[in-house]
Amino acid sequence: MAYPVRKILFSPVVDNNPIILQVLGICSALAVTSKLSTAITMCIALTLVVACSSAVISMIRHHIPANIRIIVQMTIIASLVIVVDQFLRAFAYEISKQLSVFVGLIITNCIVMGRAEAFAMKNPPLPSFLDGLGNGLGFSAILLIVGTIRELFGSGTLLGYTMLPLAKDGGWYVPNGLLLLPPSAFFLIGLIIWVVRSWKRTQVEKAEYRIQTMRQHSEVA
Amino acid sequence: MEALVNLFITAVFVENLALSFFLGMCTFLAISKKIETAFGLGIAVIVVQTLTVPLNNLIYRYLLRDGALDWAGLSNVDLSFLGFVSYIGVIAAMVQILEMFLDRFVPALYNALGIFLPLITVNCAILGGTLFMVERDYTFAESVTYGLGSGFGWALAITAMAGVREKLKYSDVPDGLQGLGITFISAGLMALGFMAFSGIRL
Repeated sequence: MAYPVRKILFSPVVDNNPIILQVLGICSALAVTSKLSTAITMCIALTLVVACSSAVISMIRHHIPANIRIIVQMTIIASLVIVVDQFLRAFAYEISKQLSVFVGLIITNCIVMGRAEAFAMKNPPLPSFLDGLGNGLGFSAILLIVGTIRELFGSGTLLGYTMLPLAKDGGWYVPNGLLLLPPSAFFLIGLIIWVVRSWKRTQVEKAEYRIQTMRQHSEVA
Repeated sequence: MEALVNLFITAVFVENLALSFFLGMCTFLAISKKIETAFGLGIAVIVVQTLTVPLNNLIYRYLLRDGALDWAGLSNVDLSFLGFVSYIGVIAAMVQILEMFLDRFVPALYNALGIFLPLITVNCAILGGTLFMVERDYTFAESVTYGLGSGFGWALAITAMAGVREKLKYSDVPDGLQGLGITFISAGLMALGFMAFSGIRL
């Protein structure tokens, strides 16, 4: 059987992005983006967890009783996250210290649960794995954009290497301190949403309430 | 006592889970359209947080920590790698028990909170509170205070956010920002406001 591999893998990156359209997984997305290195680690960790958990859950989907499925899914996800966490502690201790609780919070990252519920429970393992991978990539795309902007303009470096020489070290760039603070992540994601939705008009949400202008009034009348 | 009050204030304002650690954002953005529902969810979070953080504190101190099983004669056992599974299990079980308890004894509250309770299991703010408690090595009294304070801070943030969004409905927003986009930007402005509290110590 052939699956639309390309479609499953790449549609979550732009058309159906987990962060900006499905509003999933924002929780841990924002806090780790003040540096690019933590953002990259988070992306790899989350992509692995979501792809593997989707595949595993999809393999046992016929054996999970419907009323305790959330707990079963949670246990599978939590076990995978423990593996990732132990791995990071063993091989990248510095970064795991910086990520602090956010590795653990992959468990409650809504993308993982959301894909398990929406896709893996209804589809065979291979497409579920690809779907998880695709959503992980979509998540990573946003995280990397935000991480790059915040680190480059907030502290003038990328991955710790100086890109824009800072004024205080004799260079010319005066860093924008706001970008290192939590609120800037909100603004950046808001602006990314604006850009993507101006490009893909179909994603624009309908306003609940419109101020009617005089002309519309006369048309109605 | 003073230290505990200080911890409470810090947890509510300075280290607000929603606005400075971005925890529970999915629900924060999804359920903040109306003040009433936001308030209901906020109360549910306070209750669950105040119960689970101290409970997980006990589990960590007496079962999981390095040498915690001393009382059972197993002083060399370190089970802290089982943390994530245990904490999430406790949270899921706690939410389930609370749901059944309310259904049986306080039906009015159950009807008000009922739909939000299952959502709370996957709310990162709850697990996040527990993980911060473990990372900062709080004592039992501190964990009770921290659970209450962080839950209260989250509830405050989501209620305020809902208030902003109810007004925002009537404003003229550019098409691409409609809905989610403008919500992000207003959450950012609120976070800036909350930063004004940083540095407060009693």
